[in-house]
Amino acid sequence: MRGTSSRLPEIIAKHEQDLLDQWIKEQTSSATRRPDLLSEADLREQSRTLLSGIRNAIQRGRLDDITGSEWQTVREVLNEVSRGRAQMGFSPSETATFVFSLKQPLFARLRAEIRETDPLVDEMWAASTLLDKLGLHTTEVYQKSREEVILRQQQDMLELSTPVVELWDGVLALPLIGTLDSARTQVVMENLLQKIVQTGAGIAIVDITGVPTVDTLVAQHLLKTVAAARLMGADCIISGIRPQIAQTIVHLGVDLGSVITKASLADAFVVALQRTGATINKEH
Amino acid sequence: MPIVKSERWPVRSGEDIVRVRQIVRRWAVELGFGLVDQTKIVTAASEIARNTVDYGGGGEVLVESLSANARRGLRLVFEVKGPGIQNIDEALKDGFTSGSGLGLGLGGARRLASEFSVESRPGEGTRVSLTRWK
Amino acid sequence: MERIPILKMGEFLLVTIQVDMHDRLALTLQDDLTEMIVKNRAHGVLIDISALEVVDSFIGRMLGNIASVSRVLDAATVVVGMQPAVAITLVELGLSLPGVRTALNVEKGMELLRVSLAAPNGHADRQK
Repeated sequence: MRGTSSRLPEIIAKHEQDLLDQWIKEQTSSATRRPDLLSEADLREQSRTLLSGIRNAIQRGRLDDITGSEWQTVREVLNEVSRGRAQMGFSPSETATFVFSLKQPLFARLRAEIRETDPLVDEMWAASTLLDKLGLHTTEVYQKSREEVILRQQQDMLELSTPVVELWDGVLALPLIGTLDSARTQVVMENLLQKIVQTGAGIAIVDITGVPTVDTLVAQHLLKTVAAARLMGADCIISGIRPQIAQTIVHLGVDLGSVITKASLADAFVVALQRTGATINKEH
Repeated sequence: MPIVKSERWPVRSGEDIVRVRQIVRRWAVELGFGLVDQTKIVTAASEIARNTVDYGGGGEVLVESLSANARRGLRLVFEVKGPGIQNIDEALKDGFTSGSGLGLGLGGARRLASEFSVESRPGEGTRVSLTRWK
Repeated sequence: MERIPILKMGEFLLVTIQVDMHDRLALTLQDDLTEMIVKNRAHGVLIDISALEVVDSFIGRMLGNIASVSRVLDAATVVVGMQPAVAITLVELGLSLPGVRTALNVEKGMELLRVSLAAPNGHADRQK
């Protein structure tokens, strides 16, 4: 139904304040109201902005398509509300209820304004479909926000779980723990190269004792990292290669070339120290 | 494939190569590419741009930002009119220099891109297209 | 015309590349460096690329050329300060900069030059 042939724009415009009050009453009395997360004043403001946005949009645009440019303001308001609520800890239902709770007051108003059954049913259907679309839109934005939060948390966990340690002046160690997937390995390796630049360390030991399996891609990333470090002017030693991994590497035909490998981190450390010109003396 | 934005730039001189690098960098930053990805696509662009100038006799590049299934991408299409490449497979091997001299650039650039294609019609010209997805 | 400045640091020369070089500038640099190595009887050249965000095969070749020409003139070359993103890209590109020694920064680069000058054949074990 186009905006022009529906009575919704006119009805909403005429009774905007009343609709707003009713809608807010619906929200504040609802089970999903979270006064601990959202103040009444903010709730009023969000509702007011959305309702006037809807009124504007249906006066100028289509009722059945909220992707048009006339609906841009409404979408932006919903985006802001959804993201805000996602971050505050509202559930998706609680967020969508913001829109859906407008149905009751709107239908009540329509019933009061339209006497004939058929037109009334048409208008209620149009209004319901519209609010459904808007409500679903908030759910999608909510989902995306949550995904962004999760991604950020994953990133944080990634950085925490693979710290680069300075074992000695000029010697870094990166103990890798757990299964490595291609994406994680790349991030971790970039991080190592960054640290090499930051600390000016000439040697980095990448220890894979804690890595149960290594596939071709991961092995290639490791080798590329060693090559990149060399290009930059530092050296890498790979340590902690378990027997199974050694077999896998040979089986996969990965050519370690001139990369130095040591069975244990300790052995690698000794080599690194020697490289830096240090000697270890035991006192008896 | 929805093209969000596109611009055409000349690739005929050394200054043009520098400018192509700057433009590609700017677009990559706008698209939110990380630093390593940015560097990869800018370097690939530099390689192909140089080939275009040195061996193609100059041409153009069409820079496009793409959006497909919530993925963003950057595509560069270099076009050169000229003799074309006789054997594309050979040209893609590292170090190869054909009559039109497209050497290390092609093979290397391909490794830096998510998608890469070379079309050449002898006597008509060559089109090299590379895309990097975010 | 713009030129990349070459500084004299004792018996070494230091070049800091801070601009996105176009071809003519790169060629001029090679010429200028060659001249200065001879004029100053320099035994080492440090090329600081820590400001370079892109190193493509052309720049790579230029660095290789500088190293080769310098060697003929009895000077060692060390490239310092390569950014991680650049290094990763060069590896992907398949460019290994043969004959070019590298170090993490100017300080380490000078150390490397001194070491290579002390050894009679100037052959440090970081040769690539």
